[in-house]
Amino acid sequence: MPVDVDAEVLFSTRLSDDYAVIGFRAPAIAGAIRPGQFVMIRTARGDVPLLRRPYSVFDRLRDADGRPVGFSIFNKRVGTGSRLLSEATPGATFSCLGPLGRPFTLPRAGSEAWMVAGGTGLAPFATLSEELAAEGARRRLFYGARTGAELFCVDRFEPIGVDMVLATEDGTRGETGRVTVPLARELAARSGAPPVALYACGPEAMLQAVAALAARYGLTCEVATERRMGCGMGGCYSCVIAVRTPAGGTRFARSCLEGPVFSAADIVWDDVDR
Amino acid sequence: MDLSVRIGSLRLKTPIMSASGCFGYGVEYADVVDLSTLGAVVVKGLFLKERAGHPPPRIVETPAGMLNAIGLQGIGVHRFVREKLPELRAKGATVIVNICGTTIDEYVEVARVLSEAEGVAAIELNISCPNIKEGGITFGCHLGNTHDVVSAVRRATPLPLIPKLTPNVTDVASFAQAAEEAGADAVSLVNTFLAMAIDVETRRPRLSNGMGGLSGPAIRPIAVRMVYECARRVRIPIIGMGGITSAADVLEFLIAGATAVQVGTATFVDPFIFGKLESGLRDYMSRHAIERVAELVGTLEMPGGTRR
Ligand SMILES: Cc1cc2nc3c(=O)[nH]c(=O)nc-3n(C[C@H](O)[C@H](O)[C@H](O)COP(=O)(O)O)c2cc1C
Repeated sequence: MPVDVDAEVLFSTRLSDDYAVIGFRAPAIAGAIRPGQFVMIRTARGDVPLLRRPYSVFDRLRDADGRPVGFSIFNKRVGTGSRLLSEATPGATFSCLGPLGRPFTLPRAGSEAWMVAGGTGLAPFATLSEELAAEGARRRLFYGARTGAELFCVDRFEPIGVDMVLATEDGTRGETGRVTVPLARELAARSGAPPVALYACGPEAMLQAVAALAARYGLTCEVATERRMGCGMGGCYSCVIAVRTPAGGTRFARSCLEGPVFSAADIVWDDVDR
Repeated sequence: MDLSVRIGSLRLKTPIMSASGCFGYGVEYADVVDLSTLGAVVVKGLFLKERAGHPPPRIVETPAGMLNAIGLQGIGVHRFVREKLPELRAKGATVIVNICGTTIDEYVEVARVLSEAEGVAAIELNISCPNIKEGGITFGCHLGNTHDVVSAVRRATPLPLIPKLTPNVTDVASFAQAAEEAGADAVSLVNTFLAMAIDVETRRPRLSNGMGGLSGPAIRPIAVRMVYECARRVRIPIIGMGGITSAADVLEFLIAGATAVQVGTATFVDPFIFGKLESGLRDYMSRHAIERVAELVGTLEMPGGTRR
């Protein structure tokens, strides 16, 4: 059940001009967060900007005794709301509503988990990696960005035993090209066992490419979508995405309630530029 | 302190309700909000059949407001009665159903289905949705059509009937009068203002549908003015809305002449807003020694000493 808390900014770690990891104190939310869930953050007190902004939870923050005390988000400055958050300093408070949405489902025992992240789509994979570690599954993270300077927090994952495969479109770090290039190669090189479960978050063109690879190799695949949201609670019907119906048709599903995590096979992708 | 108000034969516990299309079918909020404490839960607009709605993007934020072109995605009246109404009843909600149609026959049929169902307190007749091609606003922008659809539904249902008016007309009060003459028990206003936002980089509209409806604090002063105008021209109760975010906003509408109010866009920002508005209203009433909220309705003091 989501709660609305006035969450204090604990830290704001600038990663570059546009990117920052921002930590919030919110024990009531932190204890309930599942990987893939999101929080709706009110970036101003007045009427501008009016609507909350959805943020995927990055890290679950814990105190010295391991108790959940808050969460962090991975913020990219793009518009008014994200700019206000990027300017926030410790001590400021923001109304945070969460946790919300359908989380990832964990793979069957014995499966490997391959995570695919593009840009800020890295966010949900910190908590998912931790959760998967408890399952003992082998975890790989395919992480891509436009340029090496935008591959952040790589050292967040290596110490917890996640194998990293990096890619940049300009070739300044890792492999050159989109992250789906090494993913496709590694999938083709697999001998078949153990089974692999795919998880993806990032631009929809990337999600669509990962979904196509999953279909080709008959793998389960979940994608965390990031549609424009109004309320996060199922009230406004703005964050919809087309999904298949059992009868063979399509319908618009609210990504805040039925998602943001969907089975990739259920989604009917828009014609996005690839 | 008495917060109850009357809308025709319907008594509401408080004058504060959710606005249609802004609170889903109500059930989405049943775990976090005690639905029985709202004046009423006004559910999302329903046609006879299911509707897919417009492709995204369906909303865009604007200064102190937002545009929406949802396109009335909905499950249709039959599924609503089967799948949502029982839970709303179980939670003790007073349910007002917002209904839509592309023809008068469709409005009549939806109203009939709801009149036979258990647990519908009133019907809000949506003749004001700016986001669909046929039906909706075409009934609400023409006085003769407004009269015809309201009288036809009036004959089909014994439930309190509340036509919801569009602000996209020159003289909204004449539409309130047409609704009153056709047998409406109350009118609600305003629906959203037809509006547009453009991405100058791509020179494309920001909504897939091109245009959309403006809601939120940006429209409040116009909505208050329209409620005021209607209150002077009709005797039936008025349900006011448009940009309410605080108890002071609720009071503005009541003083302008609304018997009750609805809260739409603000519930997106704060789903817990109803309790806050109610307690703010109570504070005001105790500060001003007002026993019954109904005493506040239409108490605007105009300069020169004439009320209303
Ligand atoms: C996303 C959205 C969906 C809406 N859907 C409906 C609807 O289905 N039927 C209707 O009569 N009004 C609908 N409205 C209009 C609202 O009920 C209300 O009249 C309007 O938004 C003004 O109030 P507000 O400023 O408090 O939001 C919708 C408004 C929004 C923002």
